[in-house]
Amino acid sequence: MRIKSFLREILAVFTIATISCVGVANAETKVGFVYVGPIGDHGWTYRHNVGRLAVEKALGTQVKTTFVESVKEGPDSERVIRQLASTGHKVIYTTSFGFMNPTLKVAKKFPNVRFEHATGYKQSKNVGTYSARFYEGRYIAGVIAGKVSKTNKIGYVASFPIPEVVRGINAFLLGARSVNPEMTISVVWVNSWYDPGKEGDAAKALIDQGADIISQHTDSPAPLQVAENRGVKGFGQASDMIKFAPKAQLSAIVNNWDNYYVERTKAAIDGSWKSQDVWYGLKEGMVKMAPYTNMPDDVQALAKKTEDAIRNGELHPFSGPIKDQTGKIVVEAGKVADAGMLLGMNFYVEGVQGSLPK
Amino acid sequence: MDLLPVALTIITASTPLLLAATGELVTEKAGVLNLGVEGMMLVGAIAAFAAAVSTGSGLIAILVGAFSGVAVAAIFAVLTLTCLANQVATGLALTIFGVGLSALVGSNFVGISLEPLPQLNIGVLSTIPILGDLLFGHDVLVYLSFLMILLVGYFLSKTRSGLILRAVGESHDSAHALGYSVLTVRYLAVLFGGFMSGLAGSYLSLVYTPLWAENMTAGRGWIALALVVFGTWRAGRIAFGAYLFGAITILQLHVQGWGINIASQFMTMLPYLATVIVLVFISSDKMKIRINAPQSIGKVFYPPR
Repeated sequence: MRIKSFLREILAVFTIATISCVGVANAETKVGFVYVGPIGDHGWTYRHNVGRLAVEKALGTQVKTTFVESVKEGPDSERVIRQLASTGHKVIYTTSFGFMNPTLKVAKKFPNVRFEHATGYKQSKNVGTYSARFYEGRYIAGVIAGKVSKTNKIGYVASFPIPEVVRGINAFLLGARSVNPEMTISVVWVNSWYDPGKEGDAAKALIDQGADIISQHTDSPAPLQVAENRGVKGFGQASDMIKFAPKAQLSAIVNNWDNYYVERTKAAIDGSWKSQDVWYGLKEGMVKMAPYTNMPDDVQALAKKTEDAIRNGELHPFSGPIKDQTGKIVVEAGKVADAGMLLGMNFYVEGVQGSLPK
Repeated sequence: MDLLPVALTIITASTPLLLAATGELVTEKAGVLNLGVEGMMLVGAIAAFAAAVSTGSGLIAILVGAFSGVAVAAIFAVLTLTCLANQVATGLALTIFGVGLSALVGSNFVGISLEPLPQLNIGVLSTIPILGDLLFGHDVLVYLSFLMILLVGYFLSKTRSGLILRAVGESHDSAHALGYSVLTVRYLAVLFGGFMSGLAGSYLSLVYTPLWAENMTAGRGWIALALVVFGTWRAGRIAFGAYLFGAITILQLHVQGWGINIASQFMTMLPYLATVIVLVFISSDKMKIRINAPQSIGKVFYPPR
């Protein structure tokens, strides 16, 4: 609700007025956040907001944060970003892919404001980008699925066929096949990031077709909840969703922006901030795994071992040989997929059912 | 491929559409166009969820959800019937209001999970193979949705009060001249619409996906509105339409799971495409639409002094 930040604004004006009256002007830095969804989605935006709260907690009175939620990608977002920049915010985090061009456009007009754009690929002097290697978590989830599944079939509820999502599907299956070469994945695209009813229906359809592991790349806990009710297993998305599925959640890939936001905000305050492009994973703690639950001890141990191996660089989820659906080798044995292939991934690996929508 | 689970999923997907469309049918037959279905559903959904969390009783939750829908509909009724505000604009505002209000109230309920409503077990009937599951293994709201559309169909075509309601919707001036209270009839019709939308919302947050998530109706209120037109204001056709829409939504997910190569965007589009085609079809036959579409729909009634 914009009204919230508006009220906070008014409150802040009063506070500042009071403080200046007694003559202790406080040099606080204003930090802005632009969210694509509601902070109550319990997924993507929810985790970004947890990061914002971490900044408030770590830096206390040094900062004052503002957020604007449910901002549509496109022209609307430019207006919101400009508004934040022109009201004295010194650091602005824009947390969705579609905010990329608006962020760059506004950044040009406000050279003294630092911008941080999530999941984008364009930088400038005062625009840095950051993203997380969620596929590392997907691979671990796949390993667990390969061990736990009895029907050898994974159901995957997916949002839009963009490289980020395709990479997740492939990493999941590569993980599963590393322990059980019989595993396959069926993918259902719901064409939405957020539609609990449809996500749940997709999970039901997949379970009815024999999947006994549900994974999702959409933002609500509905698919996991369906898994719980139908007595199959699944994974949480973006945040730990164990509350929704105490018997079904095997683990969850948790987005953890907290440290990054605190560090970058600090850097902006002390003047050491420089534009950069980061893609952090398990090693840097931007991707975390929720506790491994509802599985036998040996699977749990294997999951932990895989997690450690990825964290210290011994294992790369996209290690060759990797074949695509046609059986063509795309990554040769002994090599790993390069950044270009990872960032632009537009093919399914062998074992994914159906064909990738173009 | 076992078709039974598919059929069961289709029933759950169709029920909220049918509930909301039943309410809107009565509202529109009385000559009022309430575009606030989505908003009333959302308020019903969060109210029912909140009640279920705090009382633990499914029945109380359903009642609270339904009557919250009534409360929101009452706002609409006062604004459009007593204060004579434009129905289209007020309805749209009501939806936006419902989205905001439910999000505000719901912020405390994010991340809470709920046990879904129990399925009714109708004695031995539920144990009949296939038929038992298909017909007798649902929660109470599914049966209520069937009962309500039957009752509403009967009420509108076979009872005196139903005819009065339709008369008000056809020509409020004539109905007024005959001595019927246009305002009373319309108030009741709008409140009934709110009641059914509230039930539909309760179904979403208690049964369909037993959780609260902002904007969780995701456009189902608008589909219900389209359904009333799709069914040309006839109870039977609306029930058919609700199940057709539900079936298409579910089948497109199955088709993908089977690996059949049809663009999912195309499948997502199908229910709406079907609506447009039906609209064209019924509109081409002028009598068909004239017989069923309430003539006074959306028109403001100025009570003569």
